[in-house]
Amino acid sequence: MAQYLLSVWHDEEYVVDFSGEDMQRIGAQVGALNDELAAAGAEVFGGGLQPASSATVLRSDGGDVSMTDGPYAETKEQMGGFWVIEADDFDAALEWARKATVACEGPVELRPFQSE
Amino acid sequence: MNPDHDGDLALVFRREAGRCTATLIRVLGDVDLAEDSVAEAFAVAAERWSVEGVPPNPGGWITTTARNKALDRLRRESSRTSRHAAAQRLQDLRMLDDHEPEPDGLHDLVGVVADDQLRLTFLCCHPALSPDAQVALTLRLLGGLATHEIARSFLVAEDTMAQRIVRAKRKLRDNHASYRIPRHAELPDRLRAVLAAVSLIFNEGHTSTSGDALTRTDLSSEAIRLGRVLVELMPDEPEAAGLLALMLLTDARRPARIAADGSMVRLADQDRSRWDRDQIEEGSALLRTCLRRNQPGPFQIQAAIAAVHAGSADDESTNWPQIVTLYDRLLVHRPTPVVALNRAVAVSRADGPAAGLAVVDALREELAEYQPFHATRADLLARLGVHGESRAAYDEALARTRNTTERAFLHGQRRMLG
Repeated sequence: MAQYLLSVWHDEEYVVDFSGEDMQRIGAQVGALNDELAAAGAEVFGGGLQPASSATVLRSDGGDVSMTDGPYAETKEQMGGFWVIEADDFDAALEWARKATVACEGPVELRPFQSE
Repeated sequence: MNPDHDGDLALVFRREAGRCTATLIRVLGDVDLAEDSVAEAFAVAAERWSVEGVPPNPGGWITTTARNKALDRLRRESSRTSRHAAAQRLQDLRMLDDHEPEPDGLHDLVGVVADDQLRLTFLCCHPALSPDAQVALTLRLLGGLATHEIARSFLVAEDTMAQRIVRAKRKLRDNHASYRIPRHAELPDRLRAVLAAVSLIFNEGHTSTSGDALTRTDLSSEAIRLGRVLVELMPDEPEAAGLLALMLLTDARRPARIAADGSMVRLADQDRSRWDRDQIEEGSALLRTCLRRNQPGPFQIQAAIAAVHAGSADDESTNWPQIVTLYDRLLVHRPTPVVALNRAVAVSRADGPAAGLAVVDALREELAEYQPFHATRADLLARLGVHGESRAAYDEALARTRNTTERAFLHGQRRMLG
């Protein structure tokens, strides 16, 4: 068994609003996937994030810690949520990622954790 | 060491390296260790075989020797770093020692070896790797080519190619890619990636006329060899047979494609008596067999098109309407503007240049930057006698090619307009 990060990406700044028709549909799809992950014993942790504009970056420079407002990467594409899953191997993890991108209707990045 | 012996060893290496590596990856559970051990075993073979001659089962000899080399190395490692992992593997290998037959008995394991080769094929062509990386890994691990040979064939620096291979192997390892044959449900997708990689290797060798011509030819031959392995391993996959048939039928024209002065000769102008008849016979027979399964796919259809050309005495007597029909079917599987352009050429032969030109012109938006689009237009305009527009189209084509052979060809065609 190995652990993988499935991150969900957004091309533009988004608004968290579950009232819209799209968000209702996507929310239901993601909920179903969460159930499936739990039933398979594959889910470690997962959740959606507030928009990237809510982020704060902290930097340590010789003991001084500074803060800046906004996300670390100054790109339009930002992470909107993630899962940490457990899977037998690469192909099993890819299969979960495939389901995740379909459920979220957006790009999903799969990355393995370092083994201990 | 005599030159004959060197040739023998190179031949054995090409034939056996992929098979031995495939088995050792399974036994050792580590791609790099398997590769290094096989290389070491071949180094021992180079010395020993020059004195004792090539053993009756060189593959078995190499596999056993490589396994023992790996065993030695793991023993050394187990007293140093990564003690735990090495000790574990050593344990596994000891267990294998009890069951593994002697080298002479290894050829009884043909089924297992074939499975190992399939595992390696699917690993190298894992869809999570870029096509470039798939091609590089396939040639390196399955084809047994050295990194510098692959780099030269693809006209990239050796460092770049080495890095590409290292990165691909690391990605597979970091992601815990399994060494297995895909399940039935996954097979169509995974097989498509494998066939695409082999076809890329072939096209690189066949269509590109730049660089070291000899190395390029090697690449086509290597692709055909890999294609044969795939057909042997997966006799029930008609597209695998279709790809091999396509490569054989296309490669059969090679002797007629380049004129004595190194210039390119178009299909229509090729001296068909110089085509390789044995290869055409083999490709056509293969195609007939796989078409009987009635599961047509893009490679079988392309092979069928190549077979129509191969069976025609000259360009004039070619059954162009049949080729148009085949392109119609290919478009269903591969609805790309490039396939549509090739179909347009067939239309121009079946129904005349004006009909062909109408189809070509409809593709302008999608193919405006594609050199063959302009070259095709130029040719059709010339056939229609519209020389001014034809010249302009040749200029457009010339502005979009850097290949010297192609440039020379286009210049020649343009000059003929007077």
